[in-house]
Amino acid sequence: MTNPDLLIKGATLPDGSRADILIEGTQITAVGKGLSSASATTIDADGLVVLPGLVDLHTHLREPGYEQSETVLTGTQAAALGGFTSVFAMANTLPVADTAGVVEQVLRLGDEAGYATVRPIGAVTKGLEGIQLAELGAMANSRAAVRVFSDDGKCVFDPLIMRRALEYVKTFGGVIAQHAQEPRLTVDAQMNEGEVSARLGLAGWPAVAEESIIARDVLLAEHTGSRLHICHLSTAGSVDVIRWAKKRGINVTAEVTPHHLLLTDDRVESYDARFKVNPPLRRAEDVMALREALADGTIDIVATDHAPHPIESKDCEWGAAAFGMVGLESALAVVQTTMVETGLIGWADVARVLSETPARIGGLATHGQKIQPGIQAELVLVDPATRRNFGVEDLASLSHNSPYLGIELAGQVVATIHQGYLTTDDRTLVAADVVSAQAEVVARG
Amino acid sequence: MKHLLSTRDVTREEAIQLLDIAEDMSAVNDREVKKLPALRGKTVVNLFFEDSTRTRISFEAAEKRLSADVINFAAKGSSVSKGESLKDTTQTLAAMGVDAVVIRHGASGAPQVLAQSGWIDVPVINAGDGTHEHPTQAFLDAFTMRKRLHGAGSRGKGLDGVKVNIVGDILHSRVARSNVWLLQTLGAEVQLVAPPTLLPHAVNTWPVSVSFDLDDALAQSKPDVVMMLRIQQERMHDAFFPNEREYSNMWGLTQERFYSLPAKTMVMHPGPMNRGLEISSAAADSPQSTVLEQVANGVSVRMAALYMVLTGEREVTHD
Amino acid sequence: MTARAIMQATDMQRALTRIAHEILESNRGAQSLILLGIPTRGVTLAHRLAEILESIVPGSSVPVGSLDVTMYRDDLYQQPTRSTAPTDVPVSIDDMTVVLVDDVLYSGRTVRAALDALTDLGRPKAVRLAVLADRGHRELPIRADFVGKNLPSAHGERINVRLVEHDGEDGVEIDEVMSV
Repeated sequence: MTNPDLLIKGATLPDGSRADILIEGTQITAVGKGLSSASATTIDADGLVVLPGLVDLHTHLREPGYEQSETVLTGTQAAALGGFTSVFAMANTLPVADTAGVVEQVLRLGDEAGYATVRPIGAVTKGLEGIQLAELGAMANSRAAVRVFSDDGKCVFDPLIMRRALEYVKTFGGVIAQHAQEPRLTVDAQMNEGEVSARLGLAGWPAVAEESIIARDVLLAEHTGSRLHICHLSTAGSVDVIRWAKKRGINVTAEVTPHHLLLTDDRVESYDARFKVNPPLRRAEDVMALREALADGTIDIVATDHAPHPIESKDCEWGAAAFGMVGLESALAVVQTTMVETGLIGWADVARVLSETPARIGGLATHGQKIQPGIQAELVLVDPATRRNFGVEDLASLSHNSPYLGIELAGQVVATIHQGYLTTDDRTLVAADVVSAQAEVVARG
Repeated sequence: MKHLLSTRDVTREEAIQLLDIAEDMSAVNDREVKKLPALRGKTVVNLFFEDSTRTRISFEAAEKRLSADVINFAAKGSSVSKGESLKDTTQTLAAMGVDAVVIRHGASGAPQVLAQSGWIDVPVINAGDGTHEHPTQAFLDAFTMRKRLHGAGSRGKGLDGVKVNIVGDILHSRVARSNVWLLQTLGAEVQLVAPPTLLPHAVNTWPVSVSFDLDDALAQSKPDVVMMLRIQQERMHDAFFPNEREYSNMWGLTQERFYSLPAKTMVMHPGPMNRGLEISSAAADSPQSTVLEQVANGVSVRMAALYMVLTGEREVTHD
Repeated sequence: MTARAIMQATDMQRALTRIAHEILESNRGAQSLILLGIPTRGVTLAHRLAEILESIVPGSSVPVGSLDVTMYRDDLYQQPTRSTAPTDVPVSIDDMTVVLVDDVLYSGRTVRAALDALTDLGRPKAVRLAVLADRGHRELPIRADFVGKNLPSAHGERINVRLVEHDGEDGVEIDEVMSV
């Protein structure tokens, strides 16, 4: 038994050319003009851009432990609605993903749900405490085949532990994804340190707390000859450090979140906790530097840092609120709004920063490939002409802590195809039972 | 005025109106019957998530002198310490039917969140939030300055050209923030004097001048007012300055510094004072000190603030 | 909008002089008398009345004060927030005859507020009311003891009392502002 074949008619490829795409089973079997198929369901893609399915290297799925915020099912539904066909699930769950057991559980939940390929990220240190290395090898050798390790949410602050981790993961070609935040410089920090924090009386999170850790870690990566990835760059100074490191030949990659490409710290003036995030929203100068760096390749990828929180963690005073924003459903629209509409990058670059490079960094061979016959069908169709005031109805996440509610964004995902079947169809999420049944068909081969 | 959350939101016209009304309120505090019927039948809740007996008592006196019914809600020993949220507490009070909330909270912005939340639709007065603002303190300070400078002729006047030095922990001070904005609105020239560790990172964006050297500042600016801020105990051990003795020597209003001031210079302190640390007893107990006037004026200013937010036509909102 | 002059400066002077005589007659002299004006124009009129009284009774001295009634009003929630004015009562009102002075008597609500305000200040022997113009339309059982001029008027009209001290000239006029 196989899933229905799909024929996409008249889509615009990332390079600007138009083509039909035939999907049979899990594979793309033909790309070209005038394709036809008697059995395939046809999708009219006139005016739509087709991209390789998006890959998010930085997602918090919250399961196990925080199922009131998100589950693997709801998180991957949010991913599918946002055009993602793979997400890398961060390790700060309860229990922490620091053993083979936890990462295998997350892998299994993702496979069952069937909305996207879930790749668990392993913790660098036991319990994210920064003291003792987690069982990195066991996680790498587990069924989850973990290759990305991160204590995200916390910084691997001890330079010796960081050095050891960078060296150790070379055993299995892993990468350390660092949450760069000097803890002593950010005690009780609530928002970007600057003019707004001074006025609002909120403890500052200075740019130097991020930049100093990045500087330290690129030098450690150089010294150990290891691969380093920096999560959520947020300052112009961090961009300078990465640019310098790359010029020097250091094996470092960097990511930026959609919200750091759009929002600035003056949003905090409302004390609306939807804008509370870590690293914090920065100044307009930082936003401009990040956009420029993403355009020129200094920053390699966009990753969402999708961080769901229940309403009680946000509908409260700023100091008591949790850090984080949901972002999977809005990521592509924010990138189109900030980078494509401004003329900084084209759709081929969007494919690169949201699919090809994150797949490569994460070691995910099935995703982020050039659209051609013979590859696994991981695709997203985007309508770039849509303009909408982003609303709660645009969210599939269990949590609604989106900073974009009420903000106009350009572009909308029309369809998402994962393993050859639709997870989002006609701008609407495909039902969970349909998706899981199709996933089961694929799993049985 | 719908709420009093920050002195930044207050126009010069509103500020002077509030100070003028406070003048008339202060006359009431001197007479036999210290009560006005303006807020009869209104219920005001003093919602204090942080201990502050002084501020709470001052608001309570103001509310009672305007004939309001007063509910005091202190977080300690209440359901808040059992994990009840600001939202739940406020909604509970709304269900009981209160007409205004005076809130003191440890989190910066909590009064604004409350005012915007829709949890309760009544006027909100900020009685101090985190390290953000303490607007009624700034008003009582401005009132005290104006009264000392202009006496019975204070009505209608601002503080144009008055030189004010605010000295001490600006970084963590809600009093300093509220004073900076209000004094600027009223036309005063403000200079902040503090060690660089106790100044906000972006203080250069504020409408003030800044000095690190108290002796220099006092000699150069010849201030009409020197306002000393309290050094909180918890700052002592967090490397903001080496120790109390050095702080006092460099930024305290020591007896020697005090005696070098012109006789007309006002010495202010929001209280409670650390005598011997930021202020010497010679300064605190001198005729130039306004410390006790500030306390008395606090009641008048809070009466004026309550009157201004509670009276007037209110839009009735229905959900 | 049309403004119609009702009283000229000389009419006003005559009215005030007559009121002064009436006060002296009712009080049997100028002793134990205090005039309390209701801000703003009532205070000015009280000062003028005191001058006239003192000129009629040489050697006499009639204390004058102001009585702000804002905090005692019954419409604090129907109108935009009102500014206050100083209350300044130079001597104790206990056992004195207080003459409240205002420019226009209309609904009577201001006078009601003034009577409450007086109660908080002491216990006068008697309280009298002097107004320059009485335009009718009372909403409370209150009447003036001394009236400069009765001015029957419609609700939509406005009575403007103009005084040299505030407006540069003396006079009373009617504005027909809200002709509905």
